[in-house]
Amino acid sequence: MPITAVQTRNLAHDEDQEYIWTLNFGPQHPATHTTLRLVLKLEGERVIDAMPDIGYLHSGFEKIGEHLDYNQYVTVTDRMNYLSPIANNVAWHLAVEKLLGIDVPPRCKYIRTIICELARISDHLLCTGAMGLDIGAFTFFLYAFNRREQIYNIFEELSGARFTNSYTRVGGVAHDASPRFVENVRQFVREFPRTLDDMERLFNRNRIFIDRTKGVGLLSKEEAINYSATGPVARASGVTRDLRKDEPYLAYPDFDFKVCCATGGDCYARFYVRIAEMRESLKIINQAIENLPQGPVNVYVGERTALPNKQQVYQTIEGLITHFELTMTNRGFDVPCEESYHAIEAPNGELGFYIVGDGSDVAYRARCRPPSFIHFALFPKLIKGHTLSDVVAVLGSLNIIAAELDR
Amino acid sequence: MKPDDPDINWIEEPKLGLAGRMYLPLLLKGLTTTTRHLFSKKVTVSYPDVEPTIQNPLNYRGVHRLNRDEQGRVKCVACFLCATACPAHCIDIIAAESPWPDREKYPQSFTIDELRCIFCGMCEEACPVDAIELTSLYNLTGRSREEMVFDKEKLLSVYDATKDAEPMKSASLGGTK
Repeated sequence: MPITAVQTRNLAHDEDQEYIWTLNFGPQHPATHTTLRLVLKLEGERVIDAMPDIGYLHSGFEKIGEHLDYNQYVTVTDRMNYLSPIANNVAWHLAVEKLLGIDVPPRCKYIRTIICELARISDHLLCTGAMGLDIGAFTFFLYAFNRREQIYNIFEELSGARFTNSYTRVGGVAHDASPRFVENVRQFVREFPRTLDDMERLFNRNRIFIDRTKGVGLLSKEEAINYSATGPVARASGVTRDLRKDEPYLAYPDFDFKVCCATGGDCYARFYVRIAEMRESLKIINQAIENLPQGPVNVYVGERTALPNKQQVYQTIEGLITHFELTMTNRGFDVPCEESYHAIEAPNGELGFYIVGDGSDVAYRARCRPPSFIHFALFPKLIKGHTLSDVVAVLGSLNIIAAELDR
Repeated sequence: MKPDDPDINWIEEPKLGLAGRMYLPLLLKGLTTTTRHLFSKKVTVSYPDVEPTIQNPLNYRGVHRLNRDEQGRVKCVACFLCATACPAHCIDIIAAESPWPDREKYPQSFTIDELRCIFCGMCEEACPVDAIELTSLYNLTGRSREEMVFDKEKLLSVYDATKDAEPMKSASLGGTK
């Protein structure tokens, strides 16, 4: 293991300091949510040093990207950030479409925007709920999961799977959204504020919660920029960056919403930035679902990227030929020998995919820029000087997803 | 974005009043919230006794089936598109010359390893004759690995079991009957 050298050196140095204690936190610990390990050095209750040890969930996702074609790889992106798989689908295919130079139709853009924002709500609900759970406020976790269930139902209606959605395709989506999907989303928009109100009642002025989170894990604005933190973590420290506004993609320029920032920089600030973002997401969803354009969801068949619809395949010879050519590995679609990087504002931060095309239908390199990886590097800095019980609060507020961290 | 951009909502930290600084009033407030939930509608589904509702059975990606045509023959023409599209490489087809005059090939053997399968639905999307479809059966279990490798007969029997509840999609789209 590459970390051993560092570890032994420190241990040798600390040998005569008997009051320093080394504690292994994880890899199997309920508050680490997934398999990640922290080697903590304690002086009494206080953490004087922390070393994250990653790689327990390494599954070679980037290498698989060099073997699966641009449509097949979407099934792997599902398994990266499993709190919001559908946002990863969108991120991957936006990068592919940038490489191929495709502009998807407006209806597809709107549907993708809606599902991205639903994914954001779902992710923030679990993150804030689990953070509360870790530091002793169990109740809200259940209410949050009840709402997530509703989001799962929406995704199930849309894509056919509750969890591993694999919904997007190059140049469109797998199925068009049904009227029932629209109805479900409308119902969600109506009912969700109640859960948010509950959450605010339970947490926002809760002295116990505030005592546990306020002033814990302070991250200043300069440090957030230097460590390249993104998403709610950076915005809670006062960094005014949101890719939805800074580098607009999909249908975001059409909607009226605000970017939520705070100056606190502690766990509490990260918590209420996430709550405020859920309200903004709800505004976006509401505008998008009411203005959902009609028309095709996939790009025109002549562009030879999206599969022709089944009716064309069954009834016309041209449709059948195109269908075969796009599915067979040696034909596929024309990919330039170029590179592309596209990032979206995923719930956790900037989630980007860097793709090198080599002319075949498989990427030469499919690199992922996961927000969790960057944020986990912040962790030793944030926890130094705090007590052992604050570890879970900081971990919860950073929302580390090990599957995305290790890939 | 610049820090003074009008699209930025600078959130103020919720202020703690006197009531907030004392523990008791907030404790009562929290208890009121949870008590209200105690009397609201139950959301739990006691699963094995009550089956969860599938939102859209035609869309759902559960266990596979191999469709039959009007004469009860397997619809598959062994074109290998599903095996090509499968990201998990779980479909194994052995093609042979068809005994019927209306097509050239048919699958002599068609196996799906349900343990390898990730239920992404790409086989259904790739099928040009609507022969393979995903049903809404979700509680798939088995006692051995061998049992979970579904062969042609097993997949056809899934069709026989589900054809009434979930009709073939091709009928409405002008596909083969």
